[in-house]
Amino acid sequence: MAEAARPRKVRLFLVTERKDKWWVTPLLTFLGLSTFIVYVTWAAFQNANYTFGPYLSPLYAPEIFGHSPHAWFGPPPTWWPGMIPFSPALLILPFPAGFRFTCYYYRGAYYKAFWGDPPSCAVGEPRKSYLGERYFPLIIQNIHRYFLYAALVFIVLLAYDAMLAFRFPDGIHVHVGTLVFCTNVVLLGGYTFGCHSLRHIVGGRKDQLPKDAVGRACYDCVSGLNRRHQLFAWCSLFSVGFTDVYVRMCAMGVWTDARLF
Amino acid sequence: MSKKVSLRIWRGDKDSGEFKSYETEADDGMVVLDVVHQVQATQAPDLAVRWNCKAGKCGSCSAEINGMPRLMCMTRLSDLPEGEPITVEPMMAFPIIKDLVTDVSWNFRVKQTIKPFKPRPPDAPDGTWRMDQRDVDRVQEFRKCIECFLCQNVCHVLRDHAKHETFIGPRFFVHTAALEMHPLDTEDRVPALKDDYNLGYCNITKCCTKVCPESITITDNAIIPLKERVVDRFYDPVRRLFRVLSGS
Ligand code: SF4
Ligand code: SF4
Ligand code: FES
Ligand code: FES
Repeated sequence: MAEAARPRKVRLFLVTERKDKWWVTPLLTFLGLSTFIVYVTWAAFQNANYTFGPYLSPLYAPEIFGHSPHAWFGPPPTWWPGMIPFSPALLILPFPAGFRFTCYYYRGAYYKAFWGDPPSCAVGEPRKSYLGERYFPLIIQNIHRYFLYAALVFIVLLAYDAMLAFRFPDGIHVHVGTLVFCTNVVLLGGYTFGCHSLRHIVGGRKDQLPKDAVGRACYDCVSGLNRRHQLFAWCSLFSVGFTDVYVRMCAMGVWTDARLF
Repeated sequence: MSKKVSLRIWRGDKDSGEFKSYETEADDGMVVLDVVHQVQATQAPDLAVRWNCKAGKCGSCSAEINGMPRLMCMTRLSDLPEGEPITVEPMMAFPIIKDLVTDVSWNFRVKQTIKPFKPRPPDAPDGTWRMDQRDVDRVQEFRKCIECFLCQNVCHVLRDHAKHETFIGPRFFVHTAALEMHPLDTEDRVPALKDDYNLGYCNITKCCTKVCPESITITDNAIIPLKERVVDRFYDPVRRLFRVLSGS
């Protein structure tokens, strides 16, 4: 490697000549992600109010074991360790959580907002030492594609749940909740199908992009969504949280799930 | 209509320096390089500033304007907050020569360490090749680079952590991507990306993309696809197993 060129000077933590409001984006990221994490952790441990009629909260979907009629294999397993409170959400949440935690977009965003690495572009950092994603522990982020495989399965399951959200005891109808579920799955799809690892898998890994019509269409679609990955990341994060709030509020009798037609 | 503009320009050399204040007149449509030149012409004839094209194409006039890495010739005064002094300083990630001029020669030494283009044998007897337009388009974006090194300057791996000896920086990931993804190229740079160019130091903060005057999507189109190729080769156990079993 080329011999070193020393930088002029390294600025101290938060020191910058920038005059714009550079702290707004990292602050909003910090607040947005913190709020979501706190809410989801709370909601995951509730083990209550996560279903309402045909709806199953996306934080609990798929319900592998549980007490609701949505559960695949019936009540909680006997082998569940007594010291951990049981909740169907705890069985599945590691997958979407891992998917978002290792997502390229979120990585760049939370390294700035939570770790100050850097706090914002051209703003001084808190630490001198730096390992980046080159060494342990952050080298583990390279596992992202495996979480993508799980996320692709989840999208199918959540799409199925959104279809069930049309089925009411008196027939097929559209309620406000139905629209909430459909919007959520569309936004989650926009996020998942715009993943950088997926873009790599469907063609980016080769020096010659797919030549057949299907391969081309896949690469173009994923690339198109990928350009809006940040937007979908936030919209889908919000929609997952809101869908859970909606089901919870209906189940608690606070909101009424209005029928549209 | 001419109006007064205040400037804080960093003056100094490799040993020391400080901001000095200047006031000058500016006309509509002027860019930062114009007013810096005006100061040079009327008040500070010894002020060192590098420039060539004044058209955003030579990449010589890189500096930090109000703390953000930008080309002086492409930054209009009307885009900066009115009535406030404009701060102009040299790039931080490179050694100072004088005033606004930095020594960017490290970049050229880095470039020499990157394995050059190695095309496959020609496709036709007349010594020409055939390529799909889409494949050419993909690498064409990377060839817009004007080597202004603003991305190198903003990258915190160089700017704050001074990893110049082990990390090639975003400009050269763009260059490597242009070669590595080229439909005709046969060279393999993936092991070097991991071990010598240390792509893993990049933590995808996208500051390089933000400052690129050529709007090259450095992080999303060059760095992350290269990271994925490194994952393919070194960090994906299933692919590794597949390679061992298939003997490829
Ligand atoms: S995205 Fe990577 S290369 Fe670009 S500025 Fe950030 S750390 Fe540096
Ligand atoms: S990639 Fe963009 S910012 Fe970096 S040197 Fe090239 S033109 Fe300048
Ligand atoms: S890169 Fe964001 S989900 Fe894969
Ligand atoms: S003078 Fe050529 S890019 Fe500014």
